[in-house]
Amino acid sequence: MNDLWQAFFKAISLVVTLDDKLLEIVFLSLRLSLSAVGIALLIALPFGAVLALTKFPGRRILIVIINVFMGLPPVVVGLFVYLLLSRSGPFGVFGLLFTPSAMIIAQVILVVPIVTAITRQVLEELHHEYDELLRSLDVPWYRKVTALVWDARFSLSTAALAGFGRAISEVGAVMIVGGNIDHLTRVMTTAIALEARKGDLVMALALGLVLLAVALGINLFAYSITETVKRRHQ
Amino acid sequence: MINRFVFRALSLASVLVLGGYGSTLYADETKSEITLASTTSTQNSGLFDYLLPLFKEQTGIEVHVVAVGTGAALKLARNGDADVLMVHHKTSEETFVSEGYGVERFDVMYNDFVLVGPDNDPSGVKETETIVDALGEIKAKQAIFLSRGDDSGTNKRELELWKANGDNPKTASGSWYRETGSGMGATLNTAVAMQGYTLSDRATWISYKNKQNMEILFEGDERLFNQYGVIVVNPEKFPHVKEEAAKIFVNWLLSEEGQSTIASYKVSGQQLFIPDAK
Repeated sequence: MNDLWQAFFKAISLVVTLDDKLLEIVFLSLRLSLSAVGIALLIALPFGAVLALTKFPGRRILIVIINVFMGLPPVVVGLFVYLLLSRSGPFGVFGLLFTPSAMIIAQVILVVPIVTAITRQVLEELHHEYDELLRSLDVPWYRKVTALVWDARFSLSTAALAGFGRAISEVGAVMIVGGNIDHLTRVMTTAIALEARKGDLVMALALGLVLLAVALGINLFAYSITETVKRRHQ
Repeated sequence: MINRFVFRALSLASVLVLGGYGSTLYADETKSEITLASTTSTQNSGLFDYLLPLFKEQTGIEVHVVAVGTGAALKLARNGDADVLMVHHKTSEETFVSEGYGVERFDVMYNDFVLVGPDNDPSGVKETETIVDALGEIKAKQAIFLSRGDDSGTNKRELELWKANGDNPKTASGSWYRETGSGMGATLNTAVAMQGYTLSDRATWISYKNKQNMEILFEGDERLFNQYGVIVVNPEKFPHVKEEAAKIFVNWLLSEEGQSTIASYKVSGQQLFIPDAK
């Protein structure tokens, strides 16, 4: 129990003193995960919409594959991206390995299946509900899609938050492709892993608590935005 | 209609997301950086945190350390993903050079391995004369032994020591012989929790903070000597290797100044590495 309390006080003192190193790591974590979620949304929202609203051969199997990929082990994604970006790999010439960009790529791969799957689910149900109405209105298909996405925006923000949660809490993939390099690719999760390896369990746990606090901040922020917007529209 | 609050929130988010990319994308042109593949023992002991800022101050060269096991570090360098290699398994390093992946190998520093375990010493290794006998006692008493099991320098050495007895402990893997497949610190955490023996490099052990009732039970055998070597990855094999900066780094490590800096690194008053460049 003693260690738990110590970790708690350590976390508070880290936050209160605005430890430089901690800030650097927190900002890098946020930058990478928010970038990854942003890019993933650009891919996953249209992809999920297509899966929900159109019929084409192979659609069902694609949906199953996306669902399976939601459970993709991050280490496997890390190894896959490592082999792609390694100097001996197909994209080695770009020299992206052990850079923040490599970490974003890995996180995008991890986040896209989650956002796609939730988007598809949400839009499919909504489409089912509105099907007759939309048909009777006789509007072009793209108007239908934008209307549905707009109507589902609050549910879709949950998809984005789920993706963000996956990105910021993940350690296996970013450790491999980022290399946990101090001041360059060290993020919250890899710093926690490093402290745990050094046997500094109190510090590791304190960083974990800070990570939780950051995630809490992001979620409160997102929640307050949706609430504000909802109230405007009522 | 977007209200002001949302607008502000979005602009803050975009600053967070987009801010500071220039530095990472164009890093190669603006400043000199090299990637050093090294071992967890050098990182976990804090040596690089002490050494590299001094080196950067003098040369402006930023060294990015990727710390993995010796086996994994060699593999990284074989793929051309590092400019310099600093590991601790001489025969593997010599093979690396003779196969053309490295230019030349230099001794840079050493310390030693120690056998650690719970202070009640269930196998009585304190009474033994050599490390080989000590391991023999652990096997005879079937005491728990934690192996790295990760092809690291420490793991390679440990297996060589078992072999000296004609033992192959892997046949007992999962019973008293347990392979963690993890770094030194993680293996020490496991050893503490299971009250088992394990072989550690001295630097990681001294700087390790979760010792509880564990202590060094056997040390001082010459077979426990732990030599670190440094190698510049061959630019003829990988043209992107930053040869010039890599050489400056290696020469600095081997110089009188680099060597005395290594010697001056202490944790709780104890010197962790002894420089021995020729």
